[in-house]
Amino acid sequence: MIKIIDLKKSFGAKKVLDGVNLEIEKGKITVIIGRSGEGKSVLIKHIIGLLRPDSGKIIFEDMELTAMKERDFNEVLKRFGMLFQSAALFDSMTVAGNVGFPLKEHTDLNDEDILKTVKEKLRRVGLVDVEDMTPAELSGGMKKRVGLARAIVMDPEIVLFDEPTTGQDPIMSDSVADLILETQRALKTTYIIISHDIALTLKVADKVAMLHEGRIIEEGTPEEMRRNPNPILRQFLEGRASGPIKVY
Amino acid sequence: MKAYLESIGRSAEAFVATVGSMALMFFQAVMYAFVPPIKFRNIFKQMEFVGVQSLFVVILTGTFTGMVLALQSYNALKRFGAESLVGPSVALSMARELGPVLSGLMVTGRAGSAMATELGTMRVTEQIDALFTMAVNPVKHLVVPRIIAGVCMFPVLTVIADFVGVIGGYMVGVKLLGINAGVYIGRTVDFVQVSDITTGLTKSLVFGLITSLVACYYGYYTMGGAEGVGKSATSSVVLASVLILVSDYLLSSLMS
Ligand SMILES: Nc1ncnc2c1ncn2[C@@H]1O[C@H](COP(=O)(O)OP(=O)(O)OP(=O)(O)O)[C@@H](O)[C@H]1O
Ligand SMILES: [Mg+2]
Repeated sequence: MIKIIDLKKSFGAKKVLDGVNLEIEKGKITVIIGRSGEGKSVLIKHIIGLLRPDSGKIIFEDMELTAMKERDFNEVLKRFGMLFQSAALFDSMTVAGNVGFPLKEHTDLNDEDILKTVKEKLRRVGLVDVEDMTPAELSGGMKKRVGLARAIVMDPEIVLFDEPTTGQDPIMSDSVADLILETQRALKTTYIIISHDIALTLKVADKVAMLHEGRIIEEGTPEEMRRNPNPILRQFLEGRASGPIKVY
Repeated sequence: MKAYLESIGRSAEAFVATVGSMALMFFQAVMYAFVPPIKFRNIFKQMEFVGVQSLFVVILTGTFTGMVLALQSYNALKRFGAESLVGPSVALSMARELGPVLSGLMVTGRAGSAMATELGTMRVTEQIDALFTMAVNPVKHLVVPRIIAGVCMFPVLTVIADFVGVIGGYMVGVKLLGINAGVYIGRTVDFVQVSDITTGLTKSLVFGLITSLVACYYGYYTMGGAEGVGKSATSSVVLASVLILVSDYLLSSLMS
């Protein structure tokens, strides 16, 4: 279980996280929703240690991630996988090099076995015969799926997905949702997903949390969220421009 | 006046901070260089990039520098009837000074700027963050191979520059200006000592460290998109070139 306690983060004068409290249950899928620019990416970058909070803590099992030494933290990181919003593929490597990279770094598998696993994972995200292409030759949605394959290639216990379906067509989005559900059920992984995709959220989430103005304002099962009368949440879920949230 | 002094103070402060974090990166790199697994493949790739791909510019600059040196020293030495000293004059200037400095500056412009650009791009496109999340230390993976390549390949390139410079000098001195070939070579061998060559190589080793470390530092800490990448490349070339010239003076006075 991951526990986020009163997490605060500002960039200069800009307050992004203003006391986030959230519990992420082991073996469940937690989806964090919220408007663009609310700090969702900033929040998961804190979980994986890319950003340090101004105050507050993140507890994982009985370790305080926010106060750990680099070497111990590296051991924790081996249990995590992450899909970046930008996919963050290495452009000096082929697709196969990218997806196989964590295997090459952290396992004793030979190149042949690595390629086999890579092809299998790529097939799972709907990509065939792309192994030898470079990231520059892929479409935006394809890059994202390569990033997805790379994030899960080590079968990590905890995976952070930053908008896994952005840039995918509706059919591919649903297939990504299926992939998430299948891998999660098979391995009982803990998934933390950031998404604006309401269909994905309602389909896969065990728990939904809404980030608004630097705090988690509502959380619950998809069913609870759907019945929740909070007008901010309602406006977000229904995707209306008019309501308590102003769009300027 | 006060504002002026304050701005000087601030720049000095920034400079000290830069040097400090650069030193920190250097110590980290040294530490990780000895922590297994050693990334031979990355190291060779960088050596190829810094060394092999710089051959052309280094040979070109080395040859022409040797030729010009022969021409200039011939004009000067002729006045004392000492044309026979053109050979040693070219060889000494190349080995002690121009071989390491010119190849250092050329490779800084070519490979140093490319290193800063590559790491800078990796920073702004979150590739360095991705390495971190995959439990791969970015300094070990990216910086260490580049510094090793710089420190190993600069001396090699310097030897090549020295060699082609001497040949260029020979061409001009013997073939064009008509100095006796035996005298030219004999005098060169008489005058040039091993210590002249090692002095030059020591310098080039330091220059290799300067260029790779400065380029990695600016690339690694790039901020602000494509514009930031461009700034990192420019700053790294400027700072590395200045440091090469300053350290050249210091090393010359230390080793003379
Ligand atoms: N490194 C940074 N430096 C300064 N400001 C930053 C930095 N990273 C994020 N921010 C700011 O923090 C805020 C939240 O950014 P974040 O990327 O987390 O948004 P988000 O919720 O993921 O949005 P989206 O859904 O569009 O991806 C933004 O206003 C952004 O300007
Ligand atoms: Mg985001």
